[in-house]
Amino acid sequence: MVQSSFTERNLRILFPLPAILFVAMLMVFPVLYTLFLSFTNWNLTSGSPLSFVGLNSYTRVLTEPRFLHALTRTFLFTIFAVAIEGVLGVAIALILNRAFVGKSLAKLLLLLPLVATPVAVGIVFNLFFDPTTGLANFILKSVGLPQGLWISSAASVLPSLIIVDVWQWTPMITLIVLAGLAGLSNEPVEAAHVDGASEWQILRYVTIPMLMPVILTAMILRLIDALKTFDIIFAMTGGGPGYASETLNIMGYKYSFEYFRMGQSSVILVVLFLVVFGCSLGIMKLRGFSEI
Amino acid sequence: MRKLRIAALVVLSSLCLSINAMAETKEIRVLLANHPYGDLLKSAIPEFESATGIKVNAESLQEGQLTTKLTTEFATKSSSVDVFMTRPLQEGKMFYKNGWYEPLTGFDFSDYPKNVMSVASFGPKSYLVPLVTEWQVLYYRKDVLKEAGLKVPENFMELEAAAKKINSDNIAGFASRGKGAAAVTQLSSFVYNHGGLYLDNGVAVFDSKPAMDAIRFYGKILGTYGPKGVTSMSWENIMPLFQAGKVAMWTDASVFYGQVVDPAKTQVAAENVGIANFPAGPKMNSPFIVTSWGIAIAKQSKNKELAMKFLEWATSKELATKGMLVNITMARSSVWEDKAILAKVNPGLVETRAYAAKNGNPLDRPYMSAVGEARDLIGELVIESINTKGESANLEKMAKEKVAKVNEILQDTGEYGK
Repeated sequence: MVQSSFTERNLRILFPLPAILFVAMLMVFPVLYTLFLSFTNWNLTSGSPLSFVGLNSYTRVLTEPRFLHALTRTFLFTIFAVAIEGVLGVAIALILNRAFVGKSLAKLLLLLPLVATPVAVGIVFNLFFDPTTGLANFILKSVGLPQGLWISSAASVLPSLIIVDVWQWTPMITLIVLAGLAGLSNEPVEAAHVDGASEWQILRYVTIPMLMPVILTAMILRLIDALKTFDIIFAMTGGGPGYASETLNIMGYKYSFEYFRMGQSSVILVVLFLVVFGCSLGIMKLRGFSEI
Repeated sequence: MRKLRIAALVVLSSLCLSINAMAETKEIRVLLANHPYGDLLKSAIPEFESATGIKVNAESLQEGQLTTKLTTEFATKSSSVDVFMTRPLQEGKMFYKNGWYEPLTGFDFSDYPKNVMSVASFGPKSYLVPLVTEWQVLYYRKDVLKEAGLKVPENFMELEAAAKKINSDNIAGFASRGKGAAAVTQLSSFVYNHGGLYLDNGVAVFDSKPAMDAIRFYGKILGTYGPKGVTSMSWENIMPLFQAGKVAMWTDASVFYGQVVDPAKTQVAAENVGIANFPAGPKMNSPFIVTSWGIAIAKQSKNKELAMKFLEWATSKELATKGMLVNITMARSSVWEDKAILAKVNPGLVETRAYAAKNGNPLDRPYMSAVGEARDLIGELVIESINTKGESANLEKMAKEKVAKVNEILQDTGEYGK
């Protein structure tokens, strides 16, 4: 009897407890442990046990030009990839929202890149971009255009990777925006028609503003993902040539599993975590603003 | 009640039996590399299992992933690995320092040459058994050289002249790895042949005049006559180009010879593919000849006796012979002295190995714990040199910075000057 009254009294704690413990163990612990490691000098190549070094690892990593370049590159990759995906994704969704012959087939084809494995996509695009035997240069040559070095040159590697990211992830934005379009009320559009608004004015002043929360949600999801992009870059260039496509995530991986500097690698990952967290917060604020 | 007792007894006795059976099961976990010898071992494991009754759980991984997996498991002290293939030059020092190798005190190393054992031993003890050796060679297209009226280059000047004469839009005159860190091993023979070194007694010296000459020459010949986009190419990118007939001469490790002449993988007829000694430089001809793979027992293994049985079998002369017969260049001396075996091995491999064994250098990279980081730093010089066709005005300054950085790493890991 005593037991049951205890259970009853604490129902609101006991019921969500397993879920809270699960989240704590699988999500909070790794983050806290990474934070702890970032204050140590754990380095497997030295063979000595880890010791607490305060902010030493932070000073060493944050003052490295390589780190600053990787940080800039992470932002450049994300901004360009997400902006292009946003514009293309919304445009395609608006087109697909109209009735036309072969609409279902077009939707199906559009979703194919989404279901492809990123590493497989990376390998295929590696062959596609090969400067000597690749299809990209073959097409350029056939139409009489100058050939490119694509992922083999420091100057063109980042744009090439952005092309692959856009190819793979634009459909996700399209999918979310299509769902948003399906849920929109038709009345404001009809009212605008009655008031004599043109198609462009309806799109610009009615549809897009109504869709804005959905578009921003899609952008947040993509932004978080793009900031952390690893698979495509790792499979295609491994951060090269040199460090030309090295983003924070790739640099963190290299510091961990190629240099075995676990402490310094944790610093990079903590910074990446803060960047992703900060950007998500910023956009969520913007989203709140757009809803007002 | 009686029925219940009988049922309980049956359950209890079957439980005891299964616990007993579990205790008697002899099982080990082995991590192998995706390497021709790893594949050979994997296919022969059933023979070992039936002969000894030891069950072997073998996993195969790509070399980089193998290092990552071993490191993660050992560092977190959660490993159940008993035996593993290992790259002594890449990870040997780090694994030794962290105490992840079990010393192999009872093993008979008499069939292994001294220079090969130098990377398997630390102090008086040996920690891994060398499996495979590799050396740098020159692969070339016999038909292309003949058509151009050229003989096989024997030194760097001839190499450059031949590359210049052959190079065209359809075929690259010369290829070698240009992808930063991956290029460091192949650059090493160029450095040695110019009279330079990466490290000298634990101090980075690759900013010396001979080493800089080598890096400039490597950049010049690859930047001018190499395939397009060579700075992002390692062997896995160059080999398909060679196999497609897009490269006339290619320097890399001897291990690829089997694949280069395999009719299933190449469009170039085997009779048109030649293998020759690495060309001599201005100072000497001392191409690398290294122990690329070894095999070791994990220190934390709970089945060391079984692991040793497996290790002895995996490094036996019988298996080494099998390896030689499929063109895997084994580390044991005796298989290279057996005329019956050599008669069945490709003569090009036998000749180039004999030359490298006599004149070669046993290291192909800076031999240190933090070799990955050092390779990336030297790799930056390689890329700068290739991008400027060896003409970079910045190269010496960059090299000084990278040398300082490598020396700093050596100090961090306690290996400076040792």
